[in-house]
Amino acid sequence: METAALKGASFKINDGEFVAIMGPSGSGKSTLMHIIGCLDTPTSGEYFFGDQSVAKLSDDELADIRMQKIGFVFQAYNLLSRATVLRNVILPLVYADIPKEQREKQAKESLRSAALPEEFWQHRSNQLSGGMMQRVAIARALVNNPALILADEPTGNLDTKTGEMVLETFQRLHMEQGRTIVLITHEPYVAEHAQRIIHVRDGNIVDDSQVKNRRMISNHI
Amino acid sequence: MKIQDLLQETYFALSANKARSGLTILGIVIGIGSVIAMVSIGQGAQGSIQASIQSIGSNLILIMPGAQRTAGVQVSAGRGSAQTLMQADADAIQKEVTLAKAVAPENSRRYQITAKGKNTNTQVVGTVPAYPSVRNIQIDMGSFISDQNIKSLSKVAVIGPATRDDLFGVDVNPIGQPIRINKIDFKVIGMTKSKGGTGFGSQDDVVFIPLSAAQRFLAGDAYVTTISVSAVDQNSMAATQQQITNLLLRRHNILNPLMADFQIMNQQDIVQTASSITNTMTMLLAAIAGISLIVGGIGIMNMMLTTVTERTREIGLRKSIGAKKRDITKQFLVESVMLTFLGGVIGVALGWAVSVGVTQFAGIATSISLQSVLLAFGVSAAIGIVFGYYPARRAAGLNPIEALRYE
Repeated sequence: METAALKGASFKINDGEFVAIMGPSGSGKSTLMHIIGCLDTPTSGEYFFGDQSVAKLSDDELADIRMQKIGFVFQAYNLLSRATVLRNVILPLVYADIPKEQREKQAKESLRSAALPEEFWQHRSNQLSGGMMQRVAIARALVNNPALILADEPTGNLDTKTGEMVLETFQRLHMEQGRTIVLITHEPYVAEHAQRIIHVRDGNIVDDSQVKNRRMISNHI
Repeated sequence: MKIQDLLQETYFALSANKARSGLTILGIVIGIGSVIAMVSIGQGAQGSIQASIQSIGSNLILIMPGAQRTAGVQVSAGRGSAQTLMQADADAIQKEVTLAKAVAPENSRRYQITAKGKNTNTQVVGTVPAYPSVRNIQIDMGSFISDQNIKSLSKVAVIGPATRDDLFGVDVNPIGQPIRINKIDFKVIGMTKSKGGTGFGSQDDVVFIPLSAAQRFLAGDAYVTTISVSAVDQNSMAATQQQITNLLLRRHNILNPLMADFQIMNQQDIVQTASSITNTMTMLLAAIAGISLIVGGIGIMNMMLTTVTERTREIGLRKSIGAKKRDITKQFLVESVMLTFLGGVIGVALGWAVSVGVTQFAGIATSISLQSVLLAFGVSAAIGIVFGYYPARRAAGLNPIEALRYE
């Protein structure tokens, strides 16, 4: 028996938008994220990434899209714990066959964008605090200059204060660099940092609207 | 993914778990090391056996009497006990077989020998002056039997160094000393140089006397027990052997070569037989050592499977940032090949050290051939691929979503 995790979900995310996808656990938001992130393909229906139809692509073609166009930020950071910060950020470039000389330059640039102080760059990633680790993860997501940053509960493992620092980073990347960001969360407070919230419940989109009182963390702006 | 990136990833992965990588490598080290050591011991034994066979003479053909085989009844007396070869056969070979460089008939038997109250039982070889050149024997002191000794039936003896040690003691000059062979007095006129080798078939524990004296005083007949012939060169050995066979068949009036009353062996046959025996031994030793190599390979597979499970989330992450199936396969395959390759390098060094040690302390000759080293590297790389393939495929086949969620 098949159970549909998502049905009738149809929406569009524009270039340069900062969107939050919100819903309780079991609502289908994880499935939605996997499809948006090209980690999975829908059993039926369509998904266009830019002008490219993704639904029928092979594993290798999906991997290419993830490599070139998507940057992931996970709740559990998923850093290589014994490697240095710099090496963690370089990792996507290794798979993208970027020349060695260019890798470090790009990595340092995105570490600056993620506001990670330079003194930590040669630290091993398991020596950092949670907030710092999440910034490394953001830097890693930025390093291949993706069209889309997909953040799955990025503040889930963090306390409110460090969580805010991470959200501030996203807001700044959105404002200053015009990044397209999709934030998946179950907390309304976190979602309200985005421009637009898509509510998912029981596999259906129940609401899709702009945030009226958007929370801005403005100490950097 | 470029090769140097792959190697760097491998280096990080293996050095992250040094103890485990080291222990896994140890399995391969022991496997490869024991294969190398065993093969080197086997090849060393082969070399020394061949050398000792070569030392009994150069291009040597041995003719020994054998009971004549008659159709129907198969009665075969022990080799050497039949009496079918005569002195005249040797003379005829010398005269008619052009490819025979030298011919040395002998009449040898074991006798009790006494000297000054000591006694020993050893091989007494009655022979001719050509014997030393045919059988690679060199004279250390005094002289060998001369033609004059043969003609005059001189009761003189040339003794081997081991016999000297038994009868007179080490470092005693035996020249001029009397010895009694089967209660008949002989005078020692020379001693041969040591050829090495101990125990059965030692060429140092021997007494040479003139053939004529051996036939007259000891055996009491005109037969010979062996005729040694040295061919002019290695290539003519088969032809020489054929000529001798034809000549002897004619002289003995035997029409059917299958019913010959003598046997002919040449040195190459003996070397080949010995080689095939030592080859089999080497194979056996290598096969036993090879079992430990397989066990080492299973160790590699075990470690790689553990690694894949442990690093499931890392694999998920790598996939989410764009690693393809073949990237993951390559990464884990290179890791296991690297483990076995390192094991191979250290194993060759260990095997070399063991074989040097065996030569040094046990006095057994060993020889490491380039072939066995290359084979060891090939086998260790192959083990890495074979035993690393399944874990690597398993890693590559992981679903990125499930891998990322793995706790």
